[in-house]
Amino acid sequence: MAESKDKIKKVSVICAKGSLEDVYAALVMTNGARMEGIEANLFFTFFGLDAITKKKMNKLHTATVGNPAMAMPGGLPFPTILGVLPGVEAGVSAMMRKGMDDLDIPPVEEFLDMINAAGGKIYGCKLAVDMFKLKREDMYDDMDSIITIGEFYEKAAGGQIIFT
Amino acid sequence: MSQKEIAGVTIDVDDSGYMSKFEDWSKEIATALAKENGIGELTPKHWEVIEYIQKEVQNGAALSIRKIGKSGVVDIKEFYSLFPDGPLKKATLISGVPKPSGCV
Repeated sequence: MAESKDKIKKVSVICAKGSLEDVYAALVMTNGARMEGIEANLFFTFFGLDAITKKKMNKLHTATVGNPAMAMPGGLPFPTILGVLPGVEAGVSAMMRKGMDDLDIPPVEEFLDMINAAGGKIYGCKLAVDMFKLKREDMYDDMDSIITIGEFYEKAAGGQIIFT
Repeated sequence: MSQKEIAGVTIDVDDSGYMSKFEDWSKEIATALAKENGIGELTPKHWEVIEYIQKEVQNGAALSIRKIGKSGVVDIKEFYSLFPDGPLKKATLISGVPKPSGCV
């Protein structure tokens, strides 16, 4: 296989959305970078902060309304009207989490623990933390710190930035 | 498929440098592969991890960092410090088993 000689040395991933799939995209990319020996930062902002908010991190949902890729198990279309019924979104999200567990994909908190143990850095966005009136104790214990966007760019210097 | 001279013997390797035949593997080859991949001297802890990986692969299990972290042999932090810069890739290469295909 032809591989470029210019190895990526550092990535900084920004997670700005709080749905299950957006958060997992950021987690997989950050952890995957560490698995390859790439230095990695993971920065959570706006609704992405749910992934590092203790009360919410293990209960993230995937949208059943306004999600054109949504389908029934087996591939049949998923009528939008179903998505608004009470409990449907929670049920679909629970099914997704179960499916991921079967593939040895860890729950959000354990995934963050893995990234932390792997030497990846986890940050919260100061502006969004202030906006949502979050306190440090409400948030993931092993988060490295709450930083400003300026500090984010300092930490991202010399690497690639990925916005999920 | 290509061949490679290491520790005084010739071994078959794939395009990524992973050994094609586990039967060819020896501790001498592992030691030389470790040096070549920036791991340095293999400590008893390294050998414990290598033995665990070989046993899991022989049992047909798919390896992941998560699984190794729960093996009771090493935790994830220690695994990264034993095999820096891509622990699962390097540890499997040194263990003489195929390159893992998982994303997590």
